[in-house]
Amino acid sequence: MIADLELDCRGLRCPLPVIELGKRYADVPVGGVVAVLADDVAARTDIPAWCRMRGQEYAGEDPAGRYLVRRLS
Amino acid sequence: MSSADPSRLPGRPVYLDAASSEPLHPAARDTLLAALERGYADPRRLHGPGRDARLLLDNARAVVAECLGVRPDEVTFTSSGTEAVHRGLLGLRRGASSANGPAGEARIGYAAVEHSAVVHAARWGGPAPLEAPVDRLGRVDPDAFAGADVVALQSANHEVGTLQPVDDVAPGVPLFVDACASMGRLPLPDRWDAAAGSAHKWGGPAGIGILLVRKGTRWLNPFPGDDRVDERAGGFENVPAALAAAAALQAVVGERAELNARHHALVDRIRATAAAIPDVEVVGDPVDRLPHLVTFSCLYVDGEALVTELDRRGYGAASGSACTASTLTPSRVLEAMGVLTHGNLRVSLTRATTEEDVDGFLAALPHVVRDIRAEAGL
Repeated sequence: MIADLELDCRGLRCPLPVIELGKRYADVPVGGVVAVLADDVAARTDIPAWCRMRGQEYAGEDPAGRYLVRRLS
Repeated sequence: MSSADPSRLPGRPVYLDAASSEPLHPAARDTLLAALERGYADPRRLHGPGRDARLLLDNARAVVAECLGVRPDEVTFTSSGTEAVHRGLLGLRRGASSANGPAGEARIGYAAVEHSAVVHAARWGGPAPLEAPVDRLGRVDPDAFAGADVVALQSANHEVGTLQPVDDVAPGVPLFVDACASMGRLPLPDRWDAAAGSAHKWGGPAGIGILLVRKGTRWLNPFPGDDRVDERAGGFENVPAALAAAAALQAVVGERAELNARHHALVDRIRATAAAIPDVEVVGDPVDRLPHLVTFSCLYVDGEALVTELDRRGYGAASGSACTASTLTPSRVLEAMGVLTHGNLRVSLTRATTEEDVDGFLAALPHVVRDIRAEAGL
């Protein structure tokens, strides 16, 4: 999957990667994909939870270990 | 005044963390002071002070048994809830392994949301345990334990309050029930072969756990024996604290019909107010739950900042967020449920919590969340 935007959140502790995602996801068009690169362990749970709470789609992890989010609205 | 509640002294914050430890019940305080005068000797000795200590210990055991609806010879006092968990679960595993014979060591299955004391015990030697997943509310499917020789399942979850279907675990499998979060507040489930409780969670003193082993259960001491009054225990009995724990349990069981109804209603209010704050998710079962406990997570909020700012305003609550944990990892419970782990707050009411306390907390909460989000630029 080709990402329209990559957020490099390595070194950022929770909740900063999710805050970054919340601020930036609208930079991609509806249907576009944001890839979040994060090494904080909470991201694995919190990014899918963010998608559920905000009505966006969690598209899993790519081979590079990035969390993929598809903008639905 | 002997009935002073240490959490209610002037100038102290409103303590909303009963699930970590309930303040000492006034009944326990009075009993403890009296028992300190009489319960110092070795209860195994035949002299007068020894017989006195033995009498108090037997009395404590009888009271706990009556409150829990079990036989006195099924009750063991341990030095903590954690020790009761370790002895209860590992003793069942040792019993099941011995029954297995050449088939090999018994395998433990536990729910993914068990207390860390259970998880550490399950991973202590023996075959790799089976971890049963939970749903979004934190509830396990009892069928997910298929393949385990011994099952460990909590009565209620200590972080989110959800009650577990303990009585639906397959019959015949030795079952350890961690009842630390509910003992005293709710009756024991019907189904258990060994169980554990922790006195400081119901208003008894810290340093007293309750281990229950049902009569006739295949349970073998997993640790070295100690030739005490009770063959399942180790170490010199803390007789005054055991009696105080029993007194608190008796008082709490007597109060719980009224107290649980009051707590349930107050928690419903907290759940409703928290859920009305934008991007806040209240987790755990809304109905089938512990009466006094609620957990919610606030999107974009740092858990440490949330706890610190509420404390500054006079409210002491706990958090399962990674930044507030000694391990710096998020709560395993929240992870297993698949709910937001950051911005997490667990509020749990004591018997002394008033409606005014809850009003004040609920008035402060939305402002605290808004301010922390504003600082993050949201």
